[in-house]
Amino acid sequence: MRYDIILAGVGGQGVLSLAAIIATGAMKDGFQVRQSEVHGMAQRGGAVLAHMRISDKEISSDLVAKGTASLIISMEPLEVNRYVDFLAPDGAIVTASEPFINISNYPEIESVYDKLKKYPDIKIVESAALAKKAGSSRATNMVIIGAASGKLPVKTESLKNAIADIFGAKGQKIVDINIKAFDLGAE
Amino acid sequence: MSGKVLLGDEAIALGAIHAGLSNAYGYPGTPSSEIMEYLLDCSKKTGDFHAAWCSNEKTAYEDALGASLAGKRTIVTMKHVGLNVAADPFVNSALLKINGGLVLVVADDPGMHSSQDEQDSRFYADFAKIPCFEPVNQQEAYEMTKEAFEVSEKFNVPVMIRIVTRLAHSRAVVKSGEIRPQNKMKKAEDKNTWMLLPALARKQWVKLLAKYQEFAAYSENSEFNPLAVNPDFREFGVITTGLGKNYYVENSAELAVNPSHLHIGTYPIPVDKIRRLAESVDKIVILEEGYPFVESKLRGVLPQSIEIEGKLDEKVPPTGELNPDNVRPVLGLEKKKTLAEVEEVPSRPPQLCQGCPHTDSYEAINKALEPYKESVVTSDIGCYALGALPPHSAIETIICMGASVGTAKGAAEAGLKPAVAVIGDSTFFHSGINSLVDAISANTPMTLIILDNWIVAMTGGQETIVPSSRIEGVIKGLGVDTDHIRTIVPLKKNLEENIKVLREEFDHQGISVVLSVRECIEETKRRMKKEKSK
Repeated sequence: MRYDIILAGVGGQGVLSLAAIIATGAMKDGFQVRQSEVHGMAQRGGAVLAHMRISDKEISSDLVAKGTASLIISMEPLEVNRYVDFLAPDGAIVTASEPFINISNYPEIESVYDKLKKYPDIKIVESAALAKKAGSSRATNMVIIGAASGKLPVKTESLKNAIADIFGAKGQKIVDINIKAFDLGAE
Repeated sequence: MSGKVLLGDEAIALGAIHAGLSNAYGYPGTPSSEIMEYLLDCSKKTGDFHAAWCSNEKTAYEDALGASLAGKRTIVTMKHVGLNVAADPFVNSALLKINGGLVLVVADDPGMHSSQDEQDSRFYADFAKIPCFEPVNQQEAYEMTKEAFEVSEKFNVPVMIRIVTRLAHSRAVVKSGEIRPQNKMKKAEDKNTWMLLPALARKQWVKLLAKYQEFAAYSENSEFNPLAVNPDFREFGVITTGLGKNYYVENSAELAVNPSHLHIGTYPIPVDKIRRLAESVDKIVILEEGYPFVESKLRGVLPQSIEIEGKLDEKVPPTGELNPDNVRPVLGLEKKKTLAEVEEVPSRPPQLCQGCPHTDSYEAINKALEPYKESVVTSDIGCYALGALPPHSAIETIICMGASVGTAKGAAEAGLKPAVAVIGDSTFFHSGINSLVDAISANTPMTLIILDNWIVAMTGGQETIVPSSRIEGVIKGLGVDTDHIRTIVPLKKNLEENIKVLREEFDHQGISVVLSVRECIEETKRRMKKEKSK
């Protein structure tokens, strides 16, 4: 089994914590995991890309090859288009619906959605509204993990345990909000 | 689940601790910073060893030498361009009889994710004539670090570990091994091996050349340089270095046969193994992460019977990082099918954060400069380099750490006026301060603006070596006329006042320093979060 994921977003959107949860969950299920991140200058409001590879065998490359990713998870709709060539012909996309507009030439959002809807297997998630419903507008990335959970080769229980591990230090209330965001995304 | 999930950087740090580390020094720089971050964290928790950030890479390297002199195992970390700064002690230290193991970790940044060049540190190891290790994954990073300390003490030489961004910032499970106790203090016995007076240095140089043969023999027999020959396939063989191996292995299952393969993980290059590979194939394909270091050595200048393909003939892209895709053509593999090709997507470059003090500093500088025709604004390395991009477009040079000050001085002395240098607080203490001394000595008509945001922001919020409260005292102490040391607070509401202060100093006929002081907004957020959780 090999499952490659491209994680996308804009610096500050929580792409790295999203990656950490999936990686932790996958390891709980006994998989090997590689997770490649971007630090430094690109984190300052720029496009952020993380590669994640999950396998039951040894993994060589930290980077996902073009045409081989099973899934793109994006915190931002336009960012999907930047990496779509990483997807295998039968690959899937899960993205937040809310545009992050910090550039002057951001295209009309409807044209972004139109393009995305042409892909055969795509889920565009109202992550902001669902996160708010869960109790924190900062939990959008947990909504997105929930929405992607059905695609991932990782048990839902393991993902939730990972959320509990990672947010545990911040108290049970924060864990509960994040789990609720996950559940709302998964629905 | 056994083992720990670690970044490549952290795997090196853990390897060093398990190798009996006593002292650790460094200067922050992406992608190397997390090595020291991990060590500082452990050092604070356990108190077992000393770890500290330094003013710059040169001072860090010299501190490490002192610890080695005392017989302790020591690590010094930096990014690739940092080794340019530390090059003087580094190259000379190869001539010393290293006492406690000294391991230099240099993190290169091919693809320039967060750097101004993609220089390959293996050339430095070769130039100084010291051994170099190059791990391909986190586990190897851990193990090679332990081995590097052994080699350093075995041959009494500094040892380099060269990593790259993708390894530094990628996580995997690392299984740890034995923990070796620290060395007892034992000063180097023969001081003649630590004083590079010409007469003594000549002797040490001869010894280093002799030792180099031993390094070569070590490398030849090292399991980090595995050679697998396939006698039934002559068409081509493969040499990989660094992450080139990972991308080769990722693709090699698609090749009809398994070609002969030599991976080089430790240097000097294993000459005999390369010759043995060459005897069994008609062509060598070289996949190196970084410059074509091995390839240049193999090609030489004279005609040869074997064909070589790599970066120098552009069969492999000569710039940027290798990846699982761009190594395929030279291996004769087709491009993979994808769901869709990427169409034009507007780029989203990094930018200054909302509420960043630099935004207000740049607005004031831009407005203050409006009446002048022959001005120049030099800048430096840090978050504030983003002032190059619109909407600020406020700066004209970004060269290397500290360069803004000297560049403005030279430009002023060549006639540009006002000549303005913009530098961060940490970069100023790294190496901008020396040029300020020059400018004070010459009383050059220029204005140095120190953007004091209280921390090293770009690399994640490390403490600046001199706290903000003491910067003004340092500037005074260096001898700048106190009437021309000014402090402004970069906030919207102060814009008019700040423009006035800047113009007064731009018009001054000698050196002036303006401190633009406000805490990094990200740091303010972090601090408030921490205070809230208390």
